[in-house]
Amino acid sequence: MAFAAFGGPGAAAAATAEPAPLRKGWIAIGLLAPGLAYLLLFFLAPLVSLLLTSLQVAPEGAGKGEYVPGLEWGNYAQVIAAYWPHILRSLGYALIATVLALVIGYPIAYFIGVTARRWPLVQALSLTLVIAPFFISFLLRTLAWKQLLGDNSWIAQTLHGLGWLPASENIVGTPFSVVFGLTYNFIPFMVLPIYASLERLDRRYLEAGNDLYAGPSTTFWRVTLPLSMPGVVSGTLLTFIPASGDYINASQIYLGSPQTAMVGNVIDRTFLESQQYPVAAALSALLMGIILVIVAIYVRRSGTEELL
Amino acid sequence: MAAAGAFAEAGADLELVGIHKRFPGFTAIESLDLTIPAGSFFALLGPSGCGKTTTLRLVAGLEQPTSGRILIGGEDVTDVKPYRRPVNTVFQSYALFPHMTVLENVAFGLRRRRIQHAVEKAHEALRLVELDHLAQRKPAQLSGGQQQRVALARAVVNRPALLLLDEPLGALDLKLRRQMQLELKSIQSEVGLTFLHVTHDQEEAMTMADTVAVMNRGQIEQMGSPEELYELPRTVFVANFLGQSNLFTGQIASDSGEAVVVDVAGVRVAVPKARAQRHTGRITIGVRPEKLLLHSSAPEPQAGVNVLGPGRVTDVSFSGVSTQYTVAIPGIGDLVVFAQNMVFGPVVHEGAEVWASWHVEHGFGLADEAPEAGRFADDTSTGSLARQTKEELLGELEEHGER
Repeated sequence: MAFAAFGGPGAAAAATAEPAPLRKGWIAIGLLAPGLAYLLLFFLAPLVSLLLTSLQVAPEGAGKGEYVPGLEWGNYAQVIAAYWPHILRSLGYALIATVLALVIGYPIAYFIGVTARRWPLVQALSLTLVIAPFFISFLLRTLAWKQLLGDNSWIAQTLHGLGWLPASENIVGTPFSVVFGLTYNFIPFMVLPIYASLERLDRRYLEAGNDLYAGPSTTFWRVTLPLSMPGVVSGTLLTFIPASGDYINASQIYLGSPQTAMVGNVIDRTFLESQQYPVAAALSALLMGIILVIVAIYVRRSGTEELL
Repeated sequence: MAAAGAFAEAGADLELVGIHKRFPGFTAIESLDLTIPAGSFFALLGPSGCGKTTTLRLVAGLEQPTSGRILIGGEDVTDVKPYRRPVNTVFQSYALFPHMTVLENVAFGLRRRRIQHAVEKAHEALRLVELDHLAQRKPAQLSGGQQQRVALARAVVNRPALLLLDEPLGALDLKLRRQMQLELKSIQSEVGLTFLHVTHDQEEAMTMADTVAVMNRGQIEQMGSPEELYELPRTVFVANFLGQSNLFTGQIASDSGEAVVVDVAGVRVAVPKARAQRHTGRITIGVRPEKLLLHSSAPEPQAGVNVLGPGRVTDVSFSGVSTQYTVAIPGIGDLVVFAQNMVFGPVVHEGAEVWASWHVEHGFGLADEAPEAGRFADDTSTGSLARQTKEELLGELEEHGER
């Protein structure tokens, strides 16, 4: 009705007042259009293309990488039968890395978000240190770890010397080094969301807990942790989802070996090397479906829908 | 669990001995000694920054005194952790756990102490504050007044030897505040606990507490029953903080044995000796605005009555029950007079020439001297502080609701 005030009395006012909601609707659509177009072009269309590819069939006598459109649901049965160990390994590694990142990341986030509140400089510096690794390429950092954990590195030598690592074994190429790499690379994604929710934590709740006979550890489990659950849920999702699809850490060039191959490595190989496009697409779609189900159950079980 | 024995059906004494509390840069509490008898309703009254909340936090164990001892029920708890003290607090911000239901909030303390039938006891406490029907709600779904009652139930349910109330009514509107004052008072007499209530609202302190201690700059200025503090304030601060006062400063001119006569800008004003803290030299005397009578003609000089005037009415403000007149008296300054509205509306109008009189026995003599400029100090400072706090809290609550 704001327009009516300028339109003068009578019919003129009514005429200007009426189209206002319509105009507003067009403005909203105009503002949303770029985003919608982006999603259609770069998310929905590739997704449909991926699903269609996953159902393609190789015609009689076709060469390498030649497929025609089809409805071959058997592709899914085939990839599950062939690659279920890789799928389980991916989920297992990602789960372990997520738990480790949480155990390591939470205290860091707590220190920055709660303990260091009194010293803004320390807080800013610690936050910078958490983000600093991003200034160096992910690949370079992972390669650096390959050097640090390599067979001739002082770490491996020391472990050999102490007899904790048999002389015939190495660190690089083991599940340990892959999980280590995943944990290391995803810790900032765990720390930042937890920090964001702890930073808002009202200390008065902690005082109230103390006042109501809850010692420091009980207050943590009953008050601090539940109140930071939105951060924990976002952090674990931001770690688990990309970690389960990761193919850098587990690849032979970096910290892995053929024995540590994850789904990502299989997709990489089947798509780029053997050009089995339907297999790669079916694996991608399958991984996406599994992650969706896990995330849905997780978010529901953690009871954070209303906190999120 | 040194203090566990103190969880009793009745309240316990609280004793503060020689408490000092220094924070980096300032001293919050300057040598505080205080004894609160078991089962009493005690109010610590003072403006923001006077150290009253710090005192409360020291008793709760949320702060450590720089020196001094704190005793609850005769037991030294100075070094006891807050979660081991038989004390519960109703926080100013309520601090209800947002992720728990009302019932879980109330049962929290009982569960930590592994008390049997925690849920039934929590329901019982909620019935006491008439909120049992909302037990399954989350705090964010309650109104400010309801949250306040949950906070109270959450503290009372533990039957602490000592219940600490940190301006818990500050965020409520006037009507609800009155109602809660009455409820708090009745709950206190029902459960028989010792209540230590911190507030900057003098009316709240006076209506609720058996004993009020007025605190200023980290020290207790005066302590006593509300009537005593109001009728016979000992210092300028108390005279102005607890209600309003008309204060006059002058040299003592004569001493009749019963009363001293003070020369206030040439006018002789008598004050009973028994009601004056000092009997020699320059003193500040005062009288409460409602003790003054206005006359439209000069009253007959009479023994036992002080008269000031003539003066001119400079302001008339009608407030329903009473009317507040401001009278400018040449050479003395502004007088404030409260008159009950016995007839309809104000009896004298702005600009009228009036005299003011009061009975000598209503005056009081103070121990310290009023500062020259603020002879009649306004109490808006505390009023506006209270309003400011309330607005802040309401803002905070709203923010909370939106999240």
